[in-house]
Amino acid sequence: MSSPLAPTRPTRISLAVRDSNTMLRRNLLHARRYPSMTLNLLLTPVVLLLLFVYVFGDVMSAGIGGGGADRSAYLAYLLPGILMMTIGATVVGTAVSVSTDMSEGIIARFRTMAIHRGSVIVGHVIGSVLQSIVSVVLVGAVAVATGFRSTGATALEWLAAFGLTALVALALTWVAVGMGMVSPNAEAASNNAYPLILLPLISSAFVPIDAMPGWFQPIAEYQPFTPAIETLRGLLLGTEIGHNGWLAIAWCLALTVLGYMWSQSAFNRDPK
Amino acid sequence: MTKTTSHSLAIAAKGLRKAYGDKTVLDGIGLAVPAGSIFSLLGPNGAGKTTAVKILSTLITADAGDLHVGGHDLAADPQAVRAAIGVTGQFSAVDGLITGEENMLLMADLHHLSRHEGRRTAAELLDRFDLSEAAKKPASSYSGGMRRRLDLAMTLVGDPRIIFLDEPTTGLDPRSRHSTWRIIRELVSGGVTVFLTTQYLEEADELADRIAVLSDGKIAAEGSADELKRRIPGGHVRLRFTDPAAYQSAASALREVTRDDEALALQIPSGGSQRELRAILDWLDSAGIEADELTVHTPDLDDVFFALTGGTVPNQPKETVR
Repeated sequence: MSSPLAPTRPTRISLAVRDSNTMLRRNLLHARRYPSMTLNLLLTPVVLLLLFVYVFGDVMSAGIGGGGADRSAYLAYLLPGILMMTIGATVVGTAVSVSTDMSEGIIARFRTMAIHRGSVIVGHVIGSVLQSIVSVVLVGAVAVATGFRSTGATALEWLAAFGLTALVALALTWVAVGMGMVSPNAEAASNNAYPLILLPLISSAFVPIDAMPGWFQPIAEYQPFTPAIETLRGLLLGTEIGHNGWLAIAWCLALTVLGYMWSQSAFNRDPK
Repeated sequence: MTKTTSHSLAIAAKGLRKAYGDKTVLDGIGLAVPAGSIFSLLGPNGAGKTTAVKILSTLITADAGDLHVGGHDLAADPQAVRAAIGVTGQFSAVDGLITGEENMLLMADLHHLSRHEGRRTAAELLDRFDLSEAAKKPASSYSGGMRRRLDLAMTLVGDPRIIFLDEPTTGLDPRSRHSTWRIIRELVSGGVTVFLTTQYLEEADELADRIAVLSDGKIAAEGSADELKRRIPGGHVRLRFTDPAAYQSAASALREVTRDDEALALQIPSGGSQRELRAILDWLDSAGIEADELTVHTPDLDDVFFALTGGTVPNQPKETVR
């Protein structure tokens, strides 16, 4: 049978962009219709921020600075870690929504349509990165309301801070999408992605690495969150960045590639 | 009933095989569906109907087989196959988190319709499937029948030439079932090819030009409903008695019958023609037998189904097995 004259077939790239855009709009619509999960996940970093500043703030700052107690100094120390944790919390939601989505019949429909195959995943990834950025801005606003002020960061440093945030969001999102793909249900996805909220607790987010037991320091120092937190801290507050900048970028690129390959192979496998 | 006007095949499969581990689901089946016809794959649960649909609609890959859909090789160019088909699976493929209308517009976008055209198509199909009123409500709030209708409406957005319907009426009430049948007939009158799976014999009999009976991963029989019925010698005249004594004397007088002692009924093999019927009545008269109830049973797809899939022919032919 000769195929009927199709309208001029769009190029691969324009098809990919168009379909990914459609999928992105679908995911943003989901997030807008059902914001409760996103907001619930934001609760963890916000509560920790308030708890550590107002309840533990005096003690913590005395311990870190070695001098007098200064809540606002501790808030400044704490915020970069809380912002990274916010990204971790947001992508837990991504893992859950990807896993839920994959169990829906609509994905089977997408697979039998002549659309760009990667667009389903790309839509989730871009949607999640945007959500992460919005979440970071919201938590940042809470910090500003509690008295955080960035002292003397240049426009370029702000830009770099934004870029780093987006890069971390991209890397963690790809990992979360992979986790969502291989999880049989939403509960499993949430459990699998939970380390992304826990890891910041054992990083330099709350206390400096050298306050930890010696055997534990290498783990805390080289896990993905610490270099990113130290870099952000350096950009916003002018502390020493050192090799952390490169480490952070290397971690992000590695996780992005790994998560990308993991998600692709999981998606291209025959569904059950 | 076979359409011979078009010799082009919408779906052609040779030696289609699929196994999960050491369980063979499809054991080298062949299918040939002429364009513009309704083909029904009939079989009990677990026969492999859904697997066949999943493979032919590019959702999963076959282990072996020469498979063409819409003239395109499934293995070589699945994307071209996807452009030609529409699929409504057994489990509803709608996005429950968004409204019915948004589901339709999503499909329009993925088929790259213009904004204007997309809105027009969505509105038209929602109206046709009686969903206009519910268009602004989330699909998760729809009843089972509404979800199925939305599902089918979404399948039709791209104007597919070949449509796969996997058990489209399972779980629907009679009214929804009949309206689904009406829609399927309308589609075919517009030149669309329909590949339908069902476990309802009635549905295959009602709709399909050709029927293949799938049993244990193999095609047990194929043909039009009439052809299949002709193959099975299930026709008989059934005599029922209320008086056990009359039943016993009739049973001993007529030797070549099948007895059903519990129901006090006798079955005399017969093709159901007027001549055969008259001969039986004459014979009964001359033997002095008067039954309380006489029914003529022509073979239906139930007989075919049970004979081919290894079950027994049921005694109550009008009782559709659900």
